[in-house]
Amino acid sequence: MKLQGKVWKFGDNVDTDLIIPARFLNVWDKDELARNCFADLRPDFIHTIRPGDVIVAGENFGCGSSREHAPLAIKSAGISGIIAKSFARIFYRNAFNVGLPILECKEASASVEEGNRVSINLATGEIVNLDTGEEFLARPIPDFMRDIVEAGGLVEYVKKKGLAEQAI
Amino acid sequence: MPMTITEKILARHANLERVSPGDLIEVKVDMALANDITAPLAIKVFKEIEARKVFDPYKIALIPDHFVPNKDIDSAEQAKVMREFSAQHQIVHYYEVGQSGIEHVILPEKGLVIPGDLVIGADSHTCTYGALGAFSSGVGSTDLGVIMATGKTWLRVPPTIKLDYEGNLLPWVEGKDLILHTLGMVGVDGANYRSLEFSGTVIRGLSMDQRLTMANMAVEAGAKNGIIVPDEITMAYVAQRSSRSPFVCTSDPGADYEKVIRIEVDKIEPQIAFPHSPANVRPLSQVGNIAIDQVFIGSCTNGRLDDLREAVTILKARTVARGTRLIVIPGSQLVHREAIGEGIIQTLIEAGAVIGPPCCGPCLGGHLGVLAEGEKALSTTNRNFIGRMGHPKSEVYLANPAIAAASAVLGRIGGPEEL
Repeated sequence: MKLQGKVWKFGDNVDTDLIIPARFLNVWDKDELARNCFADLRPDFIHTIRPGDVIVAGENFGCGSSREHAPLAIKSAGISGIIAKSFARIFYRNAFNVGLPILECKEASASVEEGNRVSINLATGEIVNLDTGEEFLARPIPDFMRDIVEAGGLVEYVKKKGLAEQAI
Repeated sequence: MPMTITEKILARHANLERVSPGDLIEVKVDMALANDITAPLAIKVFKEIEARKVFDPYKIALIPDHFVPNKDIDSAEQAKVMREFSAQHQIVHYYEVGQSGIEHVILPEKGLVIPGDLVIGADSHTCTYGALGAFSSGVGSTDLGVIMATGKTWLRVPPTIKLDYEGNLLPWVEGKDLILHTLGMVGVDGANYRSLEFSGTVIRGLSMDQRLTMANMAVEAGAKNGIIVPDEITMAYVAQRSSRSPFVCTSDPGADYEKVIRIEVDKIEPQIAFPHSPANVRPLSQVGNIAIDQVFIGSCTNGRLDDLREAVTILKARTVARGTRLIVIPGSQLVHREAIGEGIIQTLIEAGAVIGPPCCGPCLGGHLGVLAEGEKALSTTNRNFIGRMGHPKSEVYLANPAIAAASAVLGRIGGPEEL
């Protein structure tokens, strides 16, 4: 599975209140969530980006509330994946569960700049900055988690495996 | 091989002799929890995986607390989804407005969590129940939807950081100050993916309500769980509330800790977390002159009876400063009733506080006290991120209930000793 897109850069400790403020949590429709993604930090984010674009962030991305609405809003806005120095624990689980691939790579996070185009190979963890030619290797995603992403999220994965015999 | 309390509880629920940090395990869940924001998505997942019935109607708690009493039509629809699902699947621990309150206040108070339990909730503050010697951790809605069907989930066994609190507490220093001070030391990702074990003689001396406050904010350091080994205070608390027999265990001597941090409490003042991070703490003496538009006392962090008692020791025969609003929200119907019984609510109202119905209220900027542009609030809650309580240009400062009460009287951030 390969991703390719333009980079939008974010800093450290981007919390889920910034990703989708609680005042928009009275709905759980994914398109509505996408419209309000980063409402306070980058208003109109959904119209700024193109489908397939990538977020590159610093440490502890997605900290705070457990709201799965956060990765869902990002994915539904059209972002194909996130590279960060590190992710908060619950966000990490949630992102895979909704089928949004995310990768930890300190070097790429430090080097890649906003507006660069990158490609990501999820199977190998290879990240290439297509503007500069620089290559990076992310911490690989465990196999069963890549299976979840490739299935399209935990729901599809569970359906594929059959509820009765799931070993998740 | 010696194990920590967290490892022992995880091993037991994975049906294994022992586990070590890094192990990926499948565990049985004793209680699965969701609220009116996270449950609708979890219920959608439950339906999408074509589950027909819940794994156990006694082991699921669905609590309307975030946007109830319904703040608008959309919120009402979300609450309705949860209510109808609960009726359809005969969820025993669904508590309607009027019997309910904040999830993390009512689960301990109704005896639904006891030592040794494994609790998974679709809410980051699910880590609160570690105060009872349980393993409890937050997940998202999809994980919870699957757990409601299967009663199981996977976890990675976390390494444990042990925090030993020793010494004597200064006046007006509470569990809230200890956890804020700790966040200031380790940072907002200092315990990411890890377990935080709170121990030491100071912890042994804290009431259950104060221990719940500390475990509640373990997630603010990124922790998977926070935990306190059960003692007489735990057992007395649980005995009054549950007839189940607890699995009481302790961390073995020689257990493998990633780190042991000793914290001398003698010089720790009341702590204030400045915008926009709970780890951005300063001691009260170094706060300066910060005028406050609103004070909020409540939430899953500090909305329990001890917290309200603490506030009224300050507010008795005093009044809220002109230009400042004081909002108090008891954490549950029971806390509210007991607060009325003790005269606490009367005192609060005489001081000029407004009392809200048991719910999360303005903590996450939902309703009942949302901030306008440029406003500053002092709050007993757990997060002060940008826009957390309202306008993205408002500011939230975090503190304990005594400091909150004193600040309401002063109209600026300050302590009881200034009154």
